[in-house]
Amino acid sequence: MQVSKGPVLIAGATSGIARAISNELAKEGHPIVLAGRDESELQRLASDLSIRTGTEVHTALFDASDPATHPLLLMEASAKAGKLEGAVLAFGYLGDQQLAQTDWQEARKILELNFVSAASLLHVLASDMETRQTGWITVLSSVAGDRGRMSNYVYGSAKGGLTVFLQGLRARLQKSGVHVMTVKPGPVDTAMTFGSDKLPLLADPGDVGAAIVKALKRRKDVVYVPSPWRLIMFVLRTVPEKVFKKTSL
Amino acid sequence: MQAQRFQDSDDVSASGYTPTRMQEARPSVKKLEGLSGWGRYPTADTAGIRPEKARDLAPVEGRCLARGLGRAYGDAALLSMGTMLLTERLNRFLDFDDQTGVLRAEAGTSLKDILDAMVPQGWFVPVTPGTKHCTLGGCIASDVHGKNHHRDGTFSAHVPRFSMVLADGTIVQASPIENPELFWATCGGMGLTGVVTEAELKLVPVETAYMKVWHVRSQNLDKTVALLTDPGYDAQYTVAWIDCLAGGSRLGRGIFMAGEHAKKSELSLRILNPLNPPAKGTKPFPVDLPGWALNPMSIKSFNWLYNWIQGSRKEFICSYDQFFYPLDGIHDWNRMYGKRGFLQYQFVLPMRTAFQGTKEILERLSKNRKASFLAVLKRFGPQGQGMLSFPMEGLTLALDIPFTEDLLPFLDGLDDIVMRHGGRIYLAKDARMKPEAFRAGYPRIDEFCDIRKRYDPEGKFDSNLASRLGLCR
Repeated sequence: MQVSKGPVLIAGATSGIARAISNELAKEGHPIVLAGRDESELQRLASDLSIRTGTEVHTALFDASDPATHPLLLMEASAKAGKLEGAVLAFGYLGDQQLAQTDWQEARKILELNFVSAASLLHVLASDMETRQTGWITVLSSVAGDRGRMSNYVYGSAKGGLTVFLQGLRARLQKSGVHVMTVKPGPVDTAMTFGSDKLPLLADPGDVGAAIVKALKRRKDVVYVPSPWRLIMFVLRTVPEKVFKKTSL
Repeated sequence: MQAQRFQDSDDVSASGYTPTRMQEARPSVKKLEGLSGWGRYPTADTAGIRPEKARDLAPVEGRCLARGLGRAYGDAALLSMGTMLLTERLNRFLDFDDQTGVLRAEAGTSLKDILDAMVPQGWFVPVTPGTKHCTLGGCIASDVHGKNHHRDGTFSAHVPRFSMVLADGTIVQASPIENPELFWATCGGMGLTGVVTEAELKLVPVETAYMKVWHVRSQNLDKTVALLTDPGYDAQYTVAWIDCLAGGSRLGRGIFMAGEHAKKSELSLRILNPLNPPAKGTKPFPVDLPGWALNPMSIKSFNWLYNWIQGSRKEFICSYDQFFYPLDGIHDWNRMYGKRGFLQYQFVLPMRTAFQGTKEILERLSKNRKASFLAVLKRFGPQGQGMLSFPMEGLTLALDIPFTEDLLPFLDGLDDIVMRHGGRIYLAKDARMKPEAFRAGYPRIDEFCDIRKRYDPEGKFDSNLASRLGLCR
């Protein structure tokens, strides 16, 4: 991959992983556009990034749940930083599986944000990059999308749908020289996992971010972070449904 | 909770929906069993919250205490029966003025964060302790010092201002002009006045990331102290390593080490990028060594080897990491001391009694064969204004000693010598001092407690160190 230093949009920029990705890309000299809902936090992250790396950083208010505004985000980002070289989709909503089983609004929220909103922004980015015949898109899906499980199938199905969407999009865009990478993180040491019972292979968000950028540079199509999850999910996928349905995973 | 079992990385706050669940949610509390300081003694069973955003750093119900990277050795950053406010995720740089060098950053920002980002831009931290894995908040709370104390004073002398959140949740600014009493109670105040949320630090310009270093071997304490005080040998950074096992006529022998930030013109032409030395990975200390591994024999061999290697290096150039942070190169080096851990002991004696007192203590160490890998002697300059700040003009000796049963009474004996000579013990390293020794060493404690009472009447901010020392009764 040639070392170009074009602007990169980070959608959902305030998470720990997104911050680590932004930092790695900024260190390489990419101008960054941080997009998210939390304006004051975006400002703090922008100062942090520009002082640490000396690179050009912009912010854009962005509401993932409102697909009608997604074309505007692309316009704003391009107006501020120039034509995008890349985009990272790092927003999502874990939600509450228990609640989602009784409250359709919660289930719908999970499905819409993780699948419909992501697909909507991808739709906008894809046609722009396809027209320009250049660029890359990195999307945070999840290991949860690799197999439906009792404990989080609503979230898992939205991420699974996203994973399938990306498979097709990757095939479509490779013809135009646009690279699409699917990232499947396992559990990460964030506010949501802090304090819960011991999770397997809890990863540091900084390490996850660095691993994602490394994979990006190698033009990987699908990357599991941390890498042992590739094997774990392979095994999990091979368990016959007759057996799997009786587990409480 | 079942739904949490496969949680992943996604950021709720970046999602588009009003997160009703999050509004009700309290920060998740994690049990922290067997939490300790860097010395691994003592431990405490406690609990903590870890805010991801600065605005969530605030006192919680009950008692609480901020904790950064846990490099205080003893129980300074421990609070049983309360909540630790873990600041490690709050490390954003907020503002930098390249005219004055003043950096404003969140309190959990570490010196490593600052050095990694700012050295390539030609800036260095004004004061650093022997590790860079410490936060701005922690450096202020312990009012840390470095090898340049005799010239540049403590950390707080380079902090123009900070913001903190008080027991009642209000946020105030403090500086030597604005709320000066709160400022000087907080600098060295061990986190007991409130939680620092953001701080300014005045960085110093450097031409390179390298240090010019001299080593001079000294045969005894007279010579070592002479080297530390002689203006002819003085440099911005000075320190002496002492061989604690040497006695008799060789008592206090060691190596005097002096350093300055190297100028570009002093570097070899082979160094192409003076502000970016090649990164060196850290090696982990792989296992907990058994308790007997560090004994007077093994330490004596180490001391001999160290003296032989380091003493024969006269003048050389090295990276700032090698000069300031030799131990940071070994991740978790505290495991060297095994599960029982070790005690750090650092005292300072005023100049008039310093030589005599230091000599007495070295004699005691040598006689009792209490070995120490790191025995470091340093001259301090004038005392700063922090009410509980440790440094005073005189000599300071820092030791770390593997934990054994007879160590506690032995150190009580050293405390007596320190008290008799009008000295004090460093709170950031202490795990066992008695209240009398504390009161004798810190004459401004009542003034400190008056101010603490004004800002935190109920004693919301507390620590195991404060209870052990009966800090403000």
